[in-house]
Amino acid sequence: MNGDTTKKSTPYTVPIGPVHPALKEPVMFNFLMEGEVVKSVDFAPGNVHRGIEWMGMRRNPVQIVHLTDRICGICGIVHSLSFARAVEQIAEIEVPPRADYIRTILHELERMQSHLLWAGVAAHELGFDSLLFLTWRVREQSMDLIENLTGNRVNYGIVQIGGVRRDISNDQILLIEQGLAYYRGLLDQMKTVFLDDSTIRMRCRGHGLLSYRDAQLLCAIGPTARASGLAMDVRHDYPYCAYGDLDVQPVLPPQEFGGPQGDVYDRIIVRLLEIAQSIDIIQQCLDSMPAGEVLWEKKLPKLLSILKKAHGEAIGRVEAPRGECMHYVRMDGNDAPATWKVKASTYSNLMSWIPMLKGEQLADVPIIVASIDPCMSCTDRVTIIRNGSADDLTKEDLTQLSREKTRRFSRC
Amino acid sequence: MLTDLIGTLAGAVLVGVFGILVALFLMGVDRIVTARMQARIGPPLSQPLTDLRKLFSKENVVPANAIPWLFNMAPVVALASAITILLYIPVGGFPPVLSDGGDLILVMYLLTLPALALVVGGFSSGSPYATVGAQREMVTMIAYEFPLAVVIIAIAWKLAVSGIPLPFLLASVQANPVWGLVGPLGIIGVLILFFVLIIVTPAELSRIPFDTPEAETELAGGVLVEYSGKNLALFTLTQGVKTVVMASLVVALFIPYRLSALLPAPVIMQPVLDLLSYLVLVVLVAFVAVSLIRVSMARFRINQVVSMYWMYISIIGIAGMILIMVDHILGVV
Repeated sequence: MNGDTTKKSTPYTVPIGPVHPALKEPVMFNFLMEGEVVKSVDFAPGNVHRGIEWMGMRRNPVQIVHLTDRICGICGIVHSLSFARAVEQIAEIEVPPRADYIRTILHELERMQSHLLWAGVAAHELGFDSLLFLTWRVREQSMDLIENLTGNRVNYGIVQIGGVRRDISNDQILLIEQGLAYYRGLLDQMKTVFLDDSTIRMRCRGHGLLSYRDAQLLCAIGPTARASGLAMDVRHDYPYCAYGDLDVQPVLPPQEFGGPQGDVYDRIIVRLLEIAQSIDIIQQCLDSMPAGEVLWEKKLPKLLSILKKAHGEAIGRVEAPRGECMHYVRMDGNDAPATWKVKASTYSNLMSWIPMLKGEQLADVPIIVASIDPCMSCTDRVTIIRNGSADDLTKEDLTQLSREKTRRFSRC
Repeated sequence: MLTDLIGTLAGAVLVGVFGILVALFLMGVDRIVTARMQARIGPPLSQPLTDLRKLFSKENVVPANAIPWLFNMAPVVALASAITILLYIPVGGFPPVLSDGGDLILVMYLLTLPALALVVGGFSSGSPYATVGAQREMVTMIAYEFPLAVVIIAIAWKLAVSGIPLPFLLASVQANPVWGLVGPLGIIGVLILFFVLIIVTPAELSRIPFDTPEAETELAGGVLVEYSGKNLALFTLTQGVKTVVMASLVVALFIPYRLSALLPAPVIMQPVLDLLSYLVLVVLVAFVAVSLIRVSMARFRINQVVSMYWMYISIIGIAGMILIMVDHILGVV
């Protein structure tokens, strides 16, 4: 029957976005459809540009750390940690070991709540609302833990240049252990609910395929790349914080599920297994937590004066729940950094939408789009306005611009 | 003659009002039960009524590139045809108002009307989402028609070979529960048909997992995307009345039992008992066919809907029919 409708109809366009229930954040899709099948797809991000970098370049690094919390709603630690690590490298600040461990614990708690949030969204995109409600109820435990440790559910404001702003007390360690036990007990149940459900498997297995080669060519990162079989994880390849002391391996879809195939189902598997990995990492941190200070320099004026003298450039790399997040900072002896560039994880994963969506049915668009866990407000760094309206930059324009910028840098 | 006509008219109005009330009740129950199963509290029972009152007070937006007369006519036709079906099936434990005017075959045809009105409304609203939704609604309709026909024909055939006059008439189906006519093999067959009809119900009502025509996440409401205000209220009401229709049909075909037959009660009390047993059965059927299936499944793709009904459900239905036939032949021998 479906074959019939495809044969008869001529291609037509279905616009999805910038605001649409399938999308949790604004991005514009244009689908050329033939019947129910996607012939080709184009998308245009740039609808949630807020000028955060511009704001940051007029502030000092300590102020920017709290601004970075607001880049993404659920990746507060990721961005602030990434920025702090860039600045720490420039100013040659050595973070106390205890602070590194606390950062790692919070980083992993954030990964857990982010993956749980994603799992709920994915269930909703599949039309499985019961699962959405159950997953998000389970997620509350990690949110409560984060709130207990940092004081906030979102925009934690805990990372500071040179450490963290709050220590973890012994009572709180008990709370974390209770939380970990809660999630450990739920893991099997979650795997059953998501991976053994026949409707989920029918909708996800073999759909939204991203081959190993495509993932490499399009520079996919994070769970999206790992589901396609690319063993890459900044925590393993380029350890930061406490990860050097811990046992962290990139999570690939295991053989029991048929190995990495690069479909939506694999992305669910990878994220579920990463929740288990996070539990394990937090446990390792708790077991070997060193004592000591949590801040390199407690007095803010002193810290600021040191940062003001700093010269140089650095990149802070962090494995966000969605993949590698990168902050480039360049400081030239002023209050504010000379350059601050944020490359969020979604930026690298966006292009993998094109091979994933081609040839799929319209019904699978929401789950495939959601399967890379897109975060548009992390990603949107620029909106080009020419002659009063939004415009695109071509590859030539970009090359030209980057050459100009390099020339500007080499002069100063 | 005139009194007959007035009686029928009064009956039609009564059934219409009663149908809408039961529809609102079922919608409310569905929302509460679903919420409880999803670990939520859910709205009060009167929420559907509140929603509808609000919708009726809202502006009726007609999109610029819609065909206005078709666009505005579709919801009226949908609701009218849904209520018309109620006149042909036993509702509230009473015999159908137009019992001598039509039978199961007519009901089957009438059942397609609200869906067709939805398709027309979708195509005339001039939105790509609605167009895709309307195409899917048509395909879904074609998909579930065959298993539905298998169920009805199998039961009518059994009634016919059992020597019951007018086997397609709902009154005769109601008076002779099919369970009593068949042997042990046949009971399995009837159970299978019962299951098939329960699975057809959510597709008929466009509920998860068969809500592909509306598919909130991809089509943003599909066929209904451009509808607002009064028109949307009428379609919502149609959906509710269709739930009553399908539940009543399941009750009439498979569980046509009444408390009054089991309990010795005064004649005056009998309609009350009948009404009560009808309501309980309808809520039960709606719970299983709508709420329970809805909370435990993800949405199917349209090609999965089609292959499911044309392949699996049809084969299961035909197997049920064959079992009833074999049972009959064995019984005769």
